[in-house]
Amino acid sequence: MSQRIPVKELTDSFRGRAVGALADDQLRTNFRVAMDSLMKKRADAFPDEEEREGLRELGNHIKARALSRLPDLLEQLETRLTANGVKVHWAETNEEANRIVHSIIEAKQGSQVVKGKSMVSEEMEMNDYLAERHIECLESDMGEYIVQLDGEKPSHIIMPAIHKNRFQVSRLFHDKLGVDETEDVNELIQIGRRTLRQKFLEADVGVSGVNFAIAETGTLLLVENEGNGRMSTTAPPVHIAVTGIEKVVENLRDVVPLLSLLTRSALGQPITTYVNMISGPRKADELDGPEEVHLVLLDNGRSGAFADAQLRQTLNCIRCGACMNHCPVYTRVGGHTYGEVYPGPIGKIITPHMVGLHKVPDHPSASSLCGACGEVCPVKIPIPEMLQRLRQENVKSPAEQPKVKDGGAKYSRKERAIWRFWASLNTSPVFYRLFLWGATRFGKLAPKNVGPWTENHSAPVPARRSLHDLAKAHLNQGDR
Amino acid sequence: MSARSNILNKLRAGLAGTTPRPDDFDEALVTRPWQYAPEDRITRLRSLMEAVHTEIHQLTTEQWPSKVQELLESRGLKNVLYAPGTEHGKQLAEHWQRAEPRPELLVYDRPIEEWKEELFWQVDASVTGTVGGIAATGSLVLWPDRHEPRLMSLLPPLHIALLKASEVEDNLYGMMQKHNWSAGLPTNLLLVSGPSKTADIEQVLAYGAHGPKELVVLILEDG
Repeated sequence: MSQRIPVKELTDSFRGRAVGALADDQLRTNFRVAMDSLMKKRADAFPDEEEREGLRELGNHIKARALSRLPDLLEQLETRLTANGVKVHWAETNEEANRIVHSIIEAKQGSQVVKGKSMVSEEMEMNDYLAERHIECLESDMGEYIVQLDGEKPSHIIMPAIHKNRFQVSRLFHDKLGVDETEDVNELIQIGRRTLRQKFLEADVGVSGVNFAIAETGTLLLVENEGNGRMSTTAPPVHIAVTGIEKVVENLRDVVPLLSLLTRSALGQPITTYVNMISGPRKADELDGPEEVHLVLLDNGRSGAFADAQLRQTLNCIRCGACMNHCPVYTRVGGHTYGEVYPGPIGKIITPHMVGLHKVPDHPSASSLCGACGEVCPVKIPIPEMLQRLRQENVKSPAEQPKVKDGGAKYSRKERAIWRFWASLNTSPVFYRLFLWGATRFGKLAPKNVGPWTENHSAPVPARRSLHDLAKAHLNQGDR
Repeated sequence: MSARSNILNKLRAGLAGTTPRPDDFDEALVTRPWQYAPEDRITRLRSLMEAVHTEIHQLTTEQWPSKVQELLESRGLKNVLYAPGTEHGKQLAEHWQRAEPRPELLVYDRPIEEWKEELFWQVDASVTGTVGGIAATGSLVLWPDRHEPRLMSLLPPLHIALLKASEVEDNLYGMMQKHNWSAGLPTNLLLVSGPSKTADIEQVLAYGAHGPKELVVLILEDG
């Protein structure tokens, strides 16, 4: 029987995990089915190519414009939010962000936190940080709740539990919540609803992410279908939003095309069930909503990507997940193989800035460069181009000063020497002819083992006659 | 050096020597594909909202309170949360006085802290107004205030929303411009496009995840 491979047990490399995932029939079926359906939904949501392309271009321009003024917009956002009564915090690292979140909870003597879906809080590993300080931090998005209950991490940024089927969820609920097993998805969701509603009621603090932060009005916009985002940001007395510094847009109107691109690209929906625009805490005459709203702006390597004009485009991302839905590699190896918070193509280009290439040396090359991700990206991030650039950064020598965190992770003197030899061979006619003469006569002496190539292929044996030689003979024949 | 200045300095260094990109926002891209003849707006809104399990009724302004009664009674619900301080709230109260239906009228007249448990578990339904609808995406616009607080449209399993037919706009951009949202937003502005749902298990659509299990929209024809 195939085994599910929980991320908690994975300490292996990308390659090792990929081998395991590829052998897991259940996992592959779960992903194949889900990705096929998500691709179809997206295609159906954009029936008019001209409309789609116009909107993608606009989305790209909006994000590029926002990034071209990012520091000013962040300051404007802070000013507006502060005027609205929201407290803004800045964090360079995950550790700093966690400390800020913890201190806010501590000041309220909080012990229970309920979380709406937030990939940035995954980046921070906030749940673990708070658990170590005896604060329960419960996921409330159904998918996130399921993976948290099983001690796992999300395998998809929009569909966190996509690697599991209903039977696995049923068994999990039975084991962890003591409920009867059921194959009825509706019933499973109702179990989650009842359990989590009590948690929303009890929570001291609600944590959420942010989809767009609007500088013009000082507004945090969140999209969702379940209502857990609204719960987390409305029911508890304190709301803490955590987000990356790249999420800010200039104007309220800018979110109109971005919202449409996001929900159609992600799930093929014209809009999500809820679009939640938060501009401040409860006012004196209001009867609900949090008394305090905080925004934590996290850098965590983003400013590193920002420093390079080409790599800066990585920060256009609006986290729709379309790139992974369309990725032939992701579909086959699944989200956990990437071993990091953001899987798939976007994960491959954003993660190196966060954790350094040394930690994810295989990320840039785990791609066939088929180009699907770039074609579907709603804000037109040239993902394949980014991957190629990261491959270059990955093999730079220290003297070449790689531009990405811990660049040069795959730099090898031996490989560099081989390429130098190869280059001079092909650029010097005398040397080339000499080598050809030798290769055609002593081909049998060619090595039988040439590294990873010979793991799956037979070793190349030079032909007895070169192409030059054959061509010359052919031409001479033609003359006659 | 604070985190704030470190981050801003790094970003500014990255932008050294560059100029901001121009604002070339082309509103035609977000309006032209989403325009409808006045008589088609409601049809579009209806079909999109019904596709995601919203129940919709078109009524006259006089009819709707008895429809609310019918909706509650047919489901055997005990109570409904309403806002007596609004025009529609007054109308509902008058009907209740006249017809004396069984479901009890509840009022959100105190801070959440004073009745959180009850609101979370005991309230069966709510009736709220909207400030408009959006045909392009099949959405309601909710503008919670002291009369109709934020949780009123979220916690009760049945949410009944009133939408004036004349307040349905073509698209979000038009709605935003018409009501000049950027000049002042409420604490919490909401677009609601159906009952709460999730597809997190095997992408099977299930309704009633955390918010209302049912959304009923009463579209009120003027006159």
